Amino acid sequence: MKINLKTLPIVILFSLGLISASAAQTVLLNVSYDPTRELYQDYNKIFIEHWKKTTGENLSVKQSHGGSGKQARAVLDGLDADVVTLALAYDIDILAEKNLVAKDWQKKFKDNASPYTSTIVFLVRKGNPKGIKNWNDLIKAGTQVITPNPKTSGGARWNYLAAWAYALKQPNGTAATAKEFVKKLFANVQVLDSGARGALTTFAERGIGDVLIAWENEAYLAVKELGPDKFEIVTPALSILAEPPVAVVEKVSTRKNTKKVATAYLEYLYSAEGQEIAARHYYRPRNPKIAAKFAGQFAKLQLVTIDEVFGGWQQAQKTHFNDGGIFDQIILK
Amino acid sequence: MSLTTRFERSAATSEPALIKALILCLSLSFFGVFLLLPLLSVFTEALHKGVIYYFNAITEPDTWSAMQLTLLAAAIAVPLNLIFGVAASWAITKFDFVGKHLLITLIDLPFSVSPVIAGLIFVLVFGAQGWFGSWFLDNDLQIIFAVPGIVLATIFVTFPFVARELIPLMEAQGREEEEAAAVLGANGWQTFWYVTLPNIKWGLLYGVILCNARAMGEFGAVSVVSGHIRGYTNTIPLQVEILYNEYNYVAAFAVASLLALLALLTLIAKSYVEWRLKKETNAPSAIEGTI
Amino acid sequence: MFTNNKNSIFPGFGLSLGYTLVYLSIIVLVPLSAVVLKTTSLSLPSFIAAVTTPRVLASFQLSFGMALLAGLINLFFGLLLAWALVRYTFFGKNVVDALIDLPFALPTAVTGIALAALYSKNGWIGKQLEPLGINIAFTPWGILVALIFIGLPFVVRTVQPILEEIELELEEAAASLGASRWQSFTKVVLPILLPALLTGFALAFARAVGEYGSVIFIAGNIPMVSEITPLIIITKLEQYDYAGATAIALVMLIISLLLLLAINGLQAWSAKQTGRTRQ
Repeated sequence: MKINLKTLPIVILFSLGLISASAAQTVLLNVSYDPTRELYQDYNKIFIEHWKKTTGENLSVKQSHGGSGKQARAVLDGLDADVVTLALAYDIDILAEKNLVAKDWQKKFKDNASPYTSTIVFLVRKGNPKGIKNWNDLIKAGTQVITPNPKTSGGARWNYLAAWAYALKQPNGTAATAKEFVKKLFANVQVLDSGARGALTTFAERGIGDVLIAWENEAYLAVKELGPDKFEIVTPALSILAEPPVAVVEKVSTRKNTKKVATAYLEYLYSAEGQEIAARHYYRPRNPKIAAKFAGQFAKLQLVTIDEVFGGWQQAQKTHFNDGGIFDQIILK
Repeated sequence: MSLTTRFERSAATSEPALIKALILCLSLSFFGVFLLLPLLSVFTEALHKGVIYYFNAITEPDTWSAMQLTLLAAAIAVPLNLIFGVAASWAITKFDFVGKHLLITLIDLPFSVSPVIAGLIFVLVFGAQGWFGSWFLDNDLQIIFAVPGIVLATIFVTFPFVARELIPLMEAQGREEEEAAAVLGANGWQTFWYVTLPNIKWGLLYGVILCNARAMGEFGAVSVVSGHIRGYTNTIPLQVEILYNEYNYVAAFAVASLLALLALLTLIAKSYVEWRLKKETNAPSAIEGTI
Repeated sequence: MFTNNKNSIFPGFGLSLGYTLVYLSIIVLVPLSAVVLKTTSLSLPSFIAAVTTPRVLASFQLSFGMALLAGLINLFFGLLLAWALVRYTFFGKNVVDALIDLPFALPTAVTGIALAALYSKNGWIGKQLEPLGINIAFTPWGILVALIFIGLPFVVRTVQPILEEIELELEEAAASLGASRWQSFTKVVLPILLPALLTGFALAFARAVGEYGSVIFIAGNIPMVSEITPLIIITKLEQYDYAGATAIALVMLIISLLLLLAINGLQAWSAKQTGRTRQ
């Protein structure tokens, strides 16, 4: 009796482990960040078809979504991802550091290994009652701003960096004026949600705030899903070019023998079909032809990159977001 | 059910009408504001777009697989914690030993561990960078980000429920009855089965119900170890979050209302058993076969 | 350490205690020790630095303070509710009884969403409070509301079975000896309930300290104002700072452990005072 009771949980755990491990067939797992659910749902369908046509193999693609940092951490801790499609390069760099993806992962695919781009825009209430047009309208007294917390949300880091870049590019802009600018901006923030979608809910459903700083694709999706009669999008004159990167998880795909199909999966994102799906989900396509086709959909603005303004993600993370960094300094008042 | 409680039939155990009205008024308004209103808002939101939409939302394939996983996790976690709870409370209340209070406190510990930490510890132990992670990976066994991890996290967060329900109850009941049974020659199992169990059945049942409800509703810890693979490692609470994050508020609340309904069903079952047992007052039977 | 130092006439000491300890170790102690070991990768000065930054200290104050307040509120109203459920007949009693467990069944994320919807300025309750100048959602008071919600069943469900078991003869005897209703409550009923009340309070409090899912939706999460400790842990993890995260977790664990230890000691003492456990 005693022995049985003691070993029972272990036996159950092991048998469950065996069951989940024995379900072997060609299955890809794409570990991605929050806003790409809809995009990859559509993309998986056409890729599975394409793979069947070209190789005759049946394939299924599983999806996992969550905050970008959280997802990278899960892969680091053993989530069986064949490919990662995350919000920022910093999160894939971490995986490269631990030898899960190739050190030169950004060279493995075109355009810095980011098949589509996006930028940071404003979502305001219908009619734009506060007359918000550009970043400097956000630091006015009495303007309530909603953005997620840069410490917990990849999207929010892009928001913060875009604001910084704007301030820096103003006449006589320096690091000191930029710091003052983001400080004023965050003083206008009343709710710091942990993720981009939480922030949108606070703004849209709870009716809090005058302006939401958001991914362009998320803003478009929100207007589509929640009603064009309630919100409108304001594109600032200058913003940051957000490049969500993709990579094959070498360690996992080698073990699972899926490296070829995993590479093809990411490669196909650059095809005309892949680019068109991205554009339909309001990501800016890289392919000039597709970009021209959807040109009417995206507002024109000046875009700066993280490499030219901040010296890359590693540097930006260290200066701004790590403990004791500039974000910590401005938030403590 | 009788129309009045046994306490109301005795002058010694009933309060003046004014006090009674005050207690009822206070407790019920507290209940209304803090429990009933949130619940109502879940159902109002869930049925916002009509019954057909509601049924479409809850019969979606991903929701079904989430439901299966939730039931599986609860079906493993609850019996294990039940056995543990009975064993622990027997040891603690029927014997005197050094370190008893420490043991009780350690049993409570999972309650005070933030769900966030509860998930994290299993990542630290079974994760790829964890203690046993590489061994499991080499043997192609997936613990976290798969079903076993979800089961483990569920067991952890519901660990103290049964024990914590039984210990004060058995303490309050003392040992006289069991001692009498033992003196009369009953062996350990007989004493437990015929004397202890009938006495603790309500506490036990409450414990199981709480344990079960929490097992099905756990979000934080499971979220850390799940990996969020759609249709594979999402439990109902995680599915709710997914739907919510897809701007599918109505469907999210619809699925959430399932959990609330599930809790209500268990409690209806509990009331039924209570009623049956009251009818057979002479049969001090154990509560096997409930829920 | 765990030896039966009095000869009990019951069998099964070795079996029940042995099983308890093994199961406890596998499920709770071994995994939790991972937190301790991970933290030891920090040197002592950096450990102290990690857990004493102003943000972390402010969050400790907020998390423990609000949990205490919520626990006390639940202690009072939980007892009232349990009393009403056991001793009175009223319309809809079964429904009320059934719904007490709701906070366990509702995923914490749903709780947070539902509460934020109720208390924000366009919600049912928020709408009533806004003209009075009271804001609940996205302030520290939102945290309190969420913690009250998740903690209530702990008190009711630990007190209720004990209340159910009380023999009315005790109070009848008290009454026949001339005790007033209030005296028989404070001198007879309350001492019997005290261990259960303390347990319920301890559990509600401990659960509230670590609560994450429901709080983040309604708190506002502004550093120094409405940022709870579990959120800081998550924040550390997002920066891949496992050691920093476990350091804060360890502090939370130790404080909770000490509080639970104190409350369990108190409970054992009160049980002894009322003579419910034989020595």
